[in-house]
Amino acid sequence: MQPHEVLRHALEQANGSALVAFLTAGYPEPERFLQILEEVEGVADAVEIGVPFTDPMADGVTIQRSSQAAIKKGISLRWILDQLAARKTKPAAPILLMSYLNPLLAFGFDKLAARANEVRVSGFIVPDLPYEESAPLKDCLDTHGLALVQLVTPATPSGRLTQLCKMSQGFVYAVTRTGITGGKTELPLELAEYLGTVKAAAQVPVCAGFGVREREQVKLINQYTDGVIVGSALIEALERGESAAAFLKELRL
Amino acid sequence: MAPDEAAQHETLLQALLNGKLPDAEGRFGPFGGRYVPETLMPAINRLTEGVYRLLPEKAFKNRLGSELRDWVGRPTSLTPAPRLSKEWGAEVWFKREDLAHTGAHKINNAIGQALLAEALGATRIVAETGAGQHGVASAAACARVGLPCVVYMGEIDVARQSPNVDRMERLGATVIPVTSGDCTLRAAIDEAIRDWVSDPIETYYLLGSAVGPHPYPYLVRELQAVIGHEARAQIRKYADLPDAAFACVGGGSNAIGLFYAFLADENVQLFGVEAGGRGETLGDHSATLSAGRPGVLHGAHSMLLYDDDGQIQETHSVSAGLDYPGVGPEHSLLKMIGRVEYVTASDSEALDALAECCALEGILPALETAHAIAGARRWAASNQGTRILIGLSGRGDKDMPILSQYPVGNRRNGEEAVNAAA
Ligand SMILES: Cc1ncc(COP(=O)(O)O)c(C=O)c1O
Repeated sequence: MQPHEVLRHALEQANGSALVAFLTAGYPEPERFLQILEEVEGVADAVEIGVPFTDPMADGVTIQRSSQAAIKKGISLRWILDQLAARKTKPAAPILLMSYLNPLLAFGFDKLAARANEVRVSGFIVPDLPYEESAPLKDCLDTHGLALVQLVTPATPSGRLTQLCKMSQGFVYAVTRTGITGGKTELPLELAEYLGTVKAAAQVPVCAGFGVREREQVKLINQYTDGVIVGSALIEALERGESAAAFLKELRL
Repeated sequence: MAPDEAAQHETLLQALLNGKLPDAEGRFGPFGGRYVPETLMPAINRLTEGVYRLLPEKAFKNRLGSELRDWVGRPTSLTPAPRLSKEWGAEVWFKREDLAHTGAHKINNAIGQALLAEALGATRIVAETGAGQHGVASAAACARVGLPCVVYMGEIDVARQSPNVDRMERLGATVIPVTSGDCTLRAAIDEAIRDWVSDPIETYYLLGSAVGPHPYPYLVRELQAVIGHEARAQIRKYADLPDAAFACVGGGSNAIGLFYAFLADENVQLFGVEAGGRGETLGDHSATLSAGRPGVLHGAHSMLLYDDDGQIQETHSVSAGLDYPGVGPEHSLLKMIGRVEYVTASDSEALDALAECCALEGILPALETAHAIAGARRWAASNQGTRILIGLSGRGDKDMPILSQYPVGNRRNGEEAVNAAA
């Protein structure tokens, strides 16, 4: 199986209630990165590792705060890849890197795709890379079978939505609302219709995220999708000193 | 340069001159594009459609034309600078954007985009500002067309350009100080984009420079090109075309506005002046074109200041409007093909030039503008007897809180002044 198929398969195995967890690399403490990652892998069906960036324009205050703190402590794409390379065991769940484009550009797409494949990364999510601009990166990822996950939003017109769903590999990232990450999404009635459209157009699992933080939301969203994505709420739990595994288990009960 | 590279540059220049750039993908050669979150793509597509439909439309042109004439006060003067000319040994002319309503070229863009926003049915405007000039221009333009306006401004800039904060608020805008990121223009743009992402249908983002995703670099250039068109016609009434034209470059809007009309004039050398700040170390300046490399920030692929990990660098300039790590994609192209030369002026050179302009011509230029004057002054020293056009992009009243930290001095005391204030 290609890495993007491994990702897809893992989410399909969750039978409609997949949990994808996001954490900012090296936050709160770089020393605990691999330990937290393993804990999260133990509960989640896939993990997004956030590559910190100075200008996270699609992120709310929580991820801004965690990114800035991580950069201050020297966390970089290079560091993350080295940490993953140093792991003795295979990841218990597929790993994605979530990064703004400039850190990837600075690393070099070619080199990055090869290295990511080497350290058992399954794919990428790049929030400032609409598909119109994605060919140079996608060509390099394709060489190694790595996924480039596409995002759709409630503002996406239907023709475009269909196209994005078709192109997405691993899963489709259905953003629950127009806006930035964090906060709490009120789940309006239209959400059902929107997620239904995405689900109908998608050829891979659909996972919904942005503002997901409570079990009730997870239950509701799972009626329409194959899973949910939790980011800011997990980071806040880590900030409160809670166990990542316990927090995620509580969400998916 | 390899011959095929030279040929490629010539092809790109011709494409630019023939109005073929940006292309349908929003590219100026290798630069430009639309690197925005998916949530914004429909808004970007709607805006692009609106820009290409409305800008050439007669009714829109007439409306904009009368606002520029009756409200902005265009055409702005072309002013000879006789005492400065004598001092420098050159023939110096100023294109006086400081005389435009609200005191800088920023108003040309702000009123144009406010009219566009109104025509596209927006109910709310967001803008970013560095020096506060674009914020003031946006606040005024929004009052003029009757739309509510929110301006994001880094808290460092709020402090150093405080007169403009008061002006924006009196003109009815809500000013939101930005405390994230670097707390200057870059963080203000991040925050304005976050606001826009949250309401991409009703909100119009009134971007203040020739940066950002397509169609902004095109839109802003079209709205600012009036500077160069007027200046070219005005100077020809008195004299031949200039030997050189100078403009300061932050994001690059006044510079592209001045240069665009002269691109085909092979004998007019064009110079963009960036902020050299207090030194050449990364972090001590904002000289994006001189010291940067291609990267992606705020929606465009262009020259950028970043480190080996791809993290955007902190910048420094005494002028808030130039204190930015990126630059418009069209300037990256103009540098690549060699049509425009980009140089730097340091904080102290800019302060010197400002003092000299005050003393000899009775004009207090903005600190941003002072960089253009400093660049021209240096060039004049080795190009005696030439005719020089300087884009006087704005007036310096807003800079009083900074200037009052330095002693009122004679000319050429910038270095001392910087040291004294440090
Ligand atoms: C007077 C003046 N000139 C120049 C600039 C720099 O912007 P740009 O490079 O877009 O002209 C500013 C920005 O605030 C300004 O206020």
